[in-house]
Amino acid sequence: MNKKNETKLKSYLVLGVAVAFISYGIFRGETLTVLAKAIKICLECVGIG
Amino acid sequence: MKILFKKLRNHRGIVQFFATLLSNLNVHNFFKGTIYSGDAKSICVPGLNCYSCPAATGACPIGAFQAVVGSSKFNFAYYVTGLILLFGVLVGRLTCGFLCPFGWFQDLLHKIPTKKFSTKKFVFLKYIKYFMLFFVVFFLGLLFTDVGGNSVPYFCKYICPVGILEGGIPLSTANSAIANAIGTLFAWKFVILIIIIILAVFFYRPFCKYICPLGAFYALLNRVSFYKYYIDKDKCINCGRCAKKCKMDVDICKNQSALECIRCGECINECPTSAISTSLSKK
Repeated sequence: MNKKNETKLKSYLVLGVAVAFISYGIFRGETLTVLAKAIKICLECVGIG
Repeated sequence: MKILFKKLRNHRGIVQFFATLLSNLNVHNFFKGTIYSGDAKSICVPGLNCYSCPAATGACPIGAFQAVVGSSKFNFAYYVTGLILLFGVLVGRLTCGFLCPFGWFQDLLHKIPTKKFSTKKFVFLKYIKYFMLFFVVFFLGLLFTDVGGNSVPYFCKYICPVGILEGGIPLSTANSAIANAIGTLFAWKFVILIIIIILAVFFYRPFCKYICPLGAFYALLNRVSFYKYYIDKDKCINCGRCAKKCKMDVDICKNQSALECIRCGECINECPTSAISTSLSKK
């Protein structure tokens, strides 16, 4: 396999992992945790702690 | 389509403006002293944009990552990591060059007419951002938890200047309750912000080069991203103008997938023989 095809394969592999991770994360409810944090003022982020 | 992308590349500032606007659609909240609390906040924007910015449309990837890892329910953030991998594998650090609001902020600061200094001697400092990513963002959240198994977002709390710029300052201006609550931590992060602002005037994108954990993550994906840079060896005359033009201290002729390349396209415009092309312009 030449270098160009090897790089392309790696790209598709990472893309596959990305989609799998997103799907699994949504499945186990991580988006709710993200949302719960993001819709409240993050006191640590704004320097209140 | 190729002409469109070339035009977008040549008008990077406009793309950055619209990317910042799209990441911060809820502008009216600046006057209310509150933040947007809709469902869109479960989706991460590609750049570093604090979700406590009153106008923020979505979630900050680094903040969201720490929120999930720091919760008692999870030890790893698959969803956020997947999103960052997705952005990164598609375009690599082009996100830094075109889509990140704080990157744009530094670009604007660097336009202030002063003497500019090279960062070539400080290239070794680039490894700090990987320390930020793996240790501060990830491991600290895993290692140091309270009795309930929750941890604070250490990077956001102690280091990130974006939260102060986009969240702390606007919120404390419009919301008296927040203004009354600010103290030492705000002062510490404000000092960090001022240092970054001053440095950005004289040096190009210091935060992106040395501190940003999101930039570090995208950098690792430059090698496998679909969007790439190419050198036509038959056209290249090794004049070195591309390397001299590059403000990220990258020699694109030597390494077209350099981790520090934010894919701004300045080298493409500088090349006298049009030897540099991208995945979108390569014939």
